[in-house]
Amino acid sequence: MIEYEIKPQNKFSFGFKELARYYELLYYFTWRDVKVKYKQTVLGLLWAVLQPIFMTLVFTFFLGAAISQQTKLEIPYSLFAFSGLLIWTLFSAGLSNASNSMVNNANIIKKIYFPRLIIPISAILATFIDFAVTLVLFVILLLAYQVEVQWINFLLMPLAILFATLASLGLGMFLAAVNVKYRDVRYILPFFIQGLLFLSPVMFPISITKNVWALKVLQFNPVAGSLEFVRAVFGSYIIDWQTVFYSSITTVILFLFGLFYFRKTEAYFADLA
Amino acid sequence: MKPILEIQNVGKKYLIKHEEQQPYLSLRDSVTGIFKSKSSKEEFWALKDVNFTVNPGESLGIIGKNGAGKSTLLKILSRITPPTTGKIISRGRIASLLEVGTGFHPELSGRENIFMNGSILGMRKAEILKNFDAIVDFSGVEKFLDTPLKHYSSGMQLRLAFAVAAFLENEILIIDEVLAVGDAEFQKKCMGKMGEVASSGRTVLFVSHNMAAVKSLCENGLLLENGEVKLEGKINEVLDLYNSDNIESNTYYDTSNFGDRKRGLKQIYIKSVNIHKNLYSPNDKFQIDIQLNKNEVLFNNKEIHLAVFIFDILQNNVYQLSTMFSSQKISFDERSLYSFSLNQLNLTKGHYTIGVWLQGNNLEQDYLDQSVSFEIGEGTIYELQNPLIVSLLQKEFNFSQS
Repeated sequence: MIEYEIKPQNKFSFGFKELARYYELLYYFTWRDVKVKYKQTVLGLLWAVLQPIFMTLVFTFFLGAAISQQTKLEIPYSLFAFSGLLIWTLFSAGLSNASNSMVNNANIIKKIYFPRLIIPISAILATFIDFAVTLVLFVILLLAYQVEVQWINFLLMPLAILFATLASLGLGMFLAAVNVKYRDVRYILPFFIQGLLFLSPVMFPISITKNVWALKVLQFNPVAGSLEFVRAVFGSYIIDWQTVFYSSITTVILFLFGLFYFRKTEAYFADLA
Repeated sequence: MKPILEIQNVGKKYLIKHEEQQPYLSLRDSVTGIFKSKSSKEEFWALKDVNFTVNPGESLGIIGKNGAGKSTLLKILSRITPPTTGKIISRGRIASLLEVGTGFHPELSGRENIFMNGSILGMRKAEILKNFDAIVDFSGVEKFLDTPLKHYSSGMQLRLAFAVAAFLENEILIIDEVLAVGDAEFQKKCMGKMGEVASSGRTVLFVSHNMAAVKSLCENGLLLENGEVKLEGKINEVLDLYNSDNIESNTYYDTSNFGDRKRGLKQIYIKSVNIHKNLYSPNDKFQIDIQLNKNEVLFNNKEIHLAVFIFDILQNNVYQLSTMFSSQKISFDERSLYSFSLNQLNLTKGHYTIGVWLQGNNLEQDYLDQSVSFEIGEGTIYELQNPLIVSLLQKEFNFSQS
C-alpha cells in the first residue's frame, strides 16, 4: 500500500529516489525531443555538424595561422578548433535547451505532476545525438588529416561528456528555474553563451595568455576540463591536470548550486509559469 | 476501513499584485520594485480550511461556481502546486486529468503520442502496451495511427486523448471537465466509460459544470463556495443547494420606468409581471401574472391583446403564448390580473427569459424585453436522454381575466 502526504514544502531533498522511479518518463521526454528536433527539415541530422564545421572554417581562415604561430600549436589548427567545438556544442546546446525547457513545457507542468528535473535533464540528453554525429565526424577528420593519435585516450571521452554535461545541467537547471519567473533569461542567454565562448579555451589553447588572471579564468572555466580530456587524443598532447582540477571545482559547484536552486523553487513553477 | 484520501485543513494562498498588469515578472520590474512600496500586494485565499475524506471506491462530485476553488483543489490533490496550509494523506496512486491530451505533440504520430501521453499521465510502458489495442479501438483513429497528430481534426485529437486517459489504472482518478469533448456520440461513449470506471471500485473525484453528468456519475458531492466547503453529502442534496443558490433570476418585475422601453406607443403599458418562483422542474406547472396600467387618460379602446414569449439561453423563442390565437375577447382594465398558465413546462434544464408584449388600438403598445427569468433545474423526464430536445410543442394553455 502506498501512502504519502501532500503538504507545504519544508524539508529539502535532491529527489533522486523519485527521479529513479520515473526513468521511463525521462526516456520518453528525451525520445520526443530527439524525434521532434529535425522534423520538417531537409538536412536533418546534418545540421548537427554543419554549425561546428562552419565555425571551424571561419576561425581557421581568419585566425588559424595567427593562433598557431603564437601558441606554437603542433596540430593543424582546424583539428584543434573542431575538437574544441565538439565539447563546446555539447555544453552550449545543452545549456540553451535546458534553460528554455521549463518554459517550453509550461503547459505540461501546469497540468500533471512528475519530478520536474526530468525536463531539463531530458533537454540535455536530447543533444547527445548531435554530439554523437559530431564525434563520428571528428574521428573521420583525425584519420583524414593523418595526424598522430593516442587512440587509448578516447577512453577519456566519457569523462569529457560527463563534465560538460554536469556543467551545462548545473547552469541549465538554475537558468530554467529563473526563466520561469523572469523571462529575461530567454534574451540574455544567446548573448551569455556567445560571451562564454570567448572566455573558454575552445578556439585557442590556454597557453595563449601570459596574464595570470586571464589564465585563472580559462582554467576555472567549466568546460576547460572536458576540453583537456578530448584533446588528449592528439599525439603529443599532455593533459594539464591543474586545469582539469580547477575546472572540475567550478563544474561541481555549478551543478550543486543549480540543483539546489531548482529543487528549492520547483514547487511553485505551476503557479508562476 | 481507512479513507483513501484525507484532506485536512487545506488552504492555498496567492498573492495578487495590483498595479502592473503583466503576465510575468521581468528582472527590471523586480529591480525597480525594490524602491517602490510593496503595499500593492493583496493576499487571496483560493482555498480556506478545506476538510473532507474520500473512501475507497467512492465517487465524489466537486461542484461550485467559477472561482469557488475547484481547480485549485484539484491542482493541490494532483501535486501540481503545494498547499499553503494543511495536508493531504493519500493511500493510492493519483492520476489527474485536468486536461485531455497533455503532452501531445503535433509532430509526433498518433501511435507515438499514445506512448508520450500515457507516460506523462503516469502509465508504465508495459501498461500502455497491454492496453494499446483497446486505446486505439476506443479512439477510433486506427487508420491514422502513423499520421502526425497535426493532420488530425481537433475531434480526432480529443478522442485519442480521452482514449489514453480512459485506460489509466491508478487507484484514484481526478477528472476535470474532460467530458466536454467530441460529438454527441463520443460524449455518450465517454460517459459510459466514466460510469464503468466509477463502478469498477476505483475512487473518482469529478469536477464539472455539467450537473447531469455529475449526478449520474457520483454518489456523493462536495459544494465549494469562495474557497470553503459549503456542503458535503449525498449528491442530490448538494446539487439542490447549488441549484437554489445559483439562480440569478427575477420572478417579479415592477415597471416604473416604462418610458425607457423603446418599443410601443405606451398609451397603455405593462405595469408588473410575476412568475412566482425561479426554479422549476421540467414537468412543473407554470403561471405568469401580468398587470397593466394606463398612461393616457383618453385610452378607451377596450380590446387588447397580450403575448408571452419564453426564450432559452441562446435567444431561441421556445414558446409563444398569445391571446391573438384564442377566441376570447380581452379588455383593458387596470384593476385586472391577466394570467397565462401551462400545465407542464416541458422544458429542459437551463436558463430561460420571458418577454411580454401588449397590443391596443391595433397598435403595439409595449414590449417588456426579458426582464423576468427562471431556471429549469434537474428533473426526471429528459435528463440525459437526449440533450438536443429543448422543448415539446405545447398545444393548449388556459387564459383567464379576473
